[in-house]
Amino acid sequence: MNVDKILLDHGSGGLATKRLIEDVFLKHLENPVLSRMEDSAVLDLPPGRIAFTTDSFVIDPPFFPGGDIGSLSVHGTVNDLSMQGARPLFLSLGLILEEGLDMDIIEKISRSIARASREAGVMIAAADTKVVGRGQADKLFINTSGIGVIPENVVLGIDRARPGDRVIVSGWVGDHGAAVLLSRSGLPFDAEIKSDCASLNGLVEAIIHAAPGAIRLLRDPTRGGLATVLNEISEASSVDMEIWEERIPIRNEVSGVCELLGLDPLYLANEGKCVVVARRDAAEKVLEAMKGHRLGREAAIIGEVREKEAKERPQVLLRTRVGGLRIVPILTGEPLPRIC
Amino acid sequence: MCLAIPMEVKEITGTPGNFLDPPVAQVEAQGTRAQVRLDIVDRMPEVGDFVIVHAGFAIHTLSREEAEKSLELFKDMAEVAKGPGDEKPA
Amino acid sequence: MKNQPESPKMVEEILQITHAIGELATMPMRFMEVCGTHTMSIFRHGLRSLLPKTLELVSGPGCPVCVTSQEDIDRMIAFSLKEDVIVTTFGDLVRVPGSRTSLAKARASGAMVEIVYSPASALEIARQNPDKQVVFLGVGFETTAPTVAATILEADARDIRNFSVFSTHKVMPPTLDALFRDQELEIDGLLCPGHVSAIIGARAYEKICQEFDIPCVVAGFEPEDILRGVYHLVHQKVKGEARVENVYERAVTWEGNQNACALMEKVFEKRDARWRGLGTIKGSGLAIRDDFSHLNAERRFDITVPETREKKGCLCGEIIRARALPLDCSLFGRVCTPTSPVGPCMVSSEGTCSAYYRYGGHA
Repeated sequence: MNVDKILLDHGSGGLATKRLIEDVFLKHLENPVLSRMEDSAVLDLPPGRIAFTTDSFVIDPPFFPGGDIGSLSVHGTVNDLSMQGARPLFLSLGLILEEGLDMDIIEKISRSIARASREAGVMIAAADTKVVGRGQADKLFINTSGIGVIPENVVLGIDRARPGDRVIVSGWVGDHGAAVLLSRSGLPFDAEIKSDCASLNGLVEAIIHAAPGAIRLLRDPTRGGLATVLNEISEASSVDMEIWEERIPIRNEVSGVCELLGLDPLYLANEGKCVVVARRDAAEKVLEAMKGHRLGREAAIIGEVREKEAKERPQVLLRTRVGGLRIVPILTGEPLPRIC
Repeated sequence: MCLAIPMEVKEITGTPGNFLDPPVAQVEAQGTRAQVRLDIVDRMPEVGDFVIVHAGFAIHTLSREEAEKSLELFKDMAEVAKGPGDEKPA
Repeated sequence: MKNQPESPKMVEEILQITHAIGELATMPMRFMEVCGTHTMSIFRHGLRSLLPKTLELVSGPGCPVCVTSQEDIDRMIAFSLKEDVIVTTFGDLVRVPGSRTSLAKARASGAMVEIVYSPASALEIARQNPDKQVVFLGVGFETTAPTVAATILEADARDIRNFSVFSTHKVMPPTLDALFRDQELEIDGLLCPGHVSAIIGARAYEKICQEFDIPCVVAGFEPEDILRGVYHLVHQKVKGEARVENVYERAVTWEGNQNACALMEKVFEKRDARWRGLGTIKGSGLAIRDDFSHLNAERRFDITVPETREKKGCLCGEIIRARALPLDCSLFGRVCTPTSPVGPCMVSSEGTCSAYYRYGGHA
């Protein structure tokens, strides 16, 4: 039987499925829990509050500079847990594969998932595969869930920002969105931009350790970008924010591509960055700790939290590079290029 | 898609006026590379010149000196702020 | 938003120019810009917050999508509903609501609609899909029209049979003329479009400058360029002057781009065109010449559109003439938002309503 492509048979639960799991998945993802191939993983969880998250990954194209749908699914899930201050422990992985998908792709994705989970220090404790007919899924979709434990003294929440707090971003903004856009065919532009896809749990530990109790919240600016996250924080905490345009770290290449495409980097997704809102007196210490970590070298304080004006809606304001002031709106609709 | 940044011409292929082998420039600015058509440009650029780009076509050619001068726009501004026709300070 | 931090020198010079503007503009003044990119840049950089309260900057008909008539939008959608037709378009048109639907909704129901960044890409799509008809929606002023002209010439030279263009291109000078003939328009000066001027030359504004005694300043798109342009307008106004000044010398010359104009002239001829909000303006549209009728989508296809329905209450037409502001429209922000737009001014990223909605308040 020629098995260099995924067939419907691979999802039937029979011999083909067993072969797929053993010869492909377990070859790369092997661990004591998964290898038992039980119906459920039985886990020992340390004491403390449990953080639990779920996510689905449908990115197109599945391979892009700096990552792939596999590594993204691990890092994305780990980051959701980290943003809550949790130590990520276990992930589940559900794959939906399109009939006809090259087995080679599955191999690559499995290797990538394995590498990413090793980097993050998490275990893939449960997994499942289904196959659907050609055309019923676009190559592959991945669904995950993640479990982590939050240390006792860590309390983070999107409603905890207070006037006077500082807003910090951990590095270059817009890399992932720009990299993915460029890797879609049909654009007559090119630039050396890689996705920043990475697990942030190490960085988060450094942040919290630097100023325990002074961290209000963490948020990763994925879909919708930095602007969306800042607005979410403003709204939930009922505060205003003022952000300083020239402090936001943006690579020249990302800036250039955005100009060519008529896009704003503040709305492009990031998959290896976090926004930190910290109490003012701790901000510098937090910044130092971030810069000392390999994922936070370009960290910068980009703004501050202000008292919301009475009777007005919370607003995020941008002091532009020429000294003007304007609102940072939430993302409306798909970012499209302009014509003139 | 009106772009402000002049892009540097790195390479030129094709023949002006020949739509079967149209003139194309590989250009670069801010680490971004693009391919632009040269069919409607005012002056055919040379490698090292800069072009202003719109919808995948170059619409204006500048020399390197002109492009660099444009990036020193701010210097002009200080002069303008003192008023056109006014005496420049000694 | 570049890697390097803003140098204190640059910021100081911006302060100097805004200070200079403030010193001069002691009486109320109203300037109009007629370029979508200017509209965007002014909002994006928060320029209004740097200008004195006496100085008002209003947007005119500079957004090509916003000024496209409802009937033309309906025709564009009708192309997409034809069997085996791929409609290629610049992105902004996709979500504009026609009388009944939009290109985006048609696409969701199976129509083939592809976004391109260049008309040359549309031609490439035609070459790659020989079994389909590819129609390119030609929208834009004199910056875009030459690129479409070149593409038509290429299609002709290559004898590409499955490609055609639906031209709703428009030209600026007759439009500005019609705009200023409006007795009710109170404008003290015109900020002229950057790249349209690169094509048609600064001299294109001489006639209206003289006839209507209006200062005309050509400026680029960076905030520094715009502020500089505003400064020159204020200066002329205060001195009682009315002449054409070009402060975008790095892209614009007095004569303009003769090559591009010649190509436009070869492929297009002027015709009367319907504008949203401005009615029909003589000689303001570009129609594909008979020599290239085989590449004219209007000739190739039989397009019938049901009766055009203008959206009740939509003030787009007034807004693009600077007769009304988005806040004057009863639909603005309530019924009409970027996610559920009623008119093109809310859809287009260069539209006034879209800019006001998103940046409103402090802009």
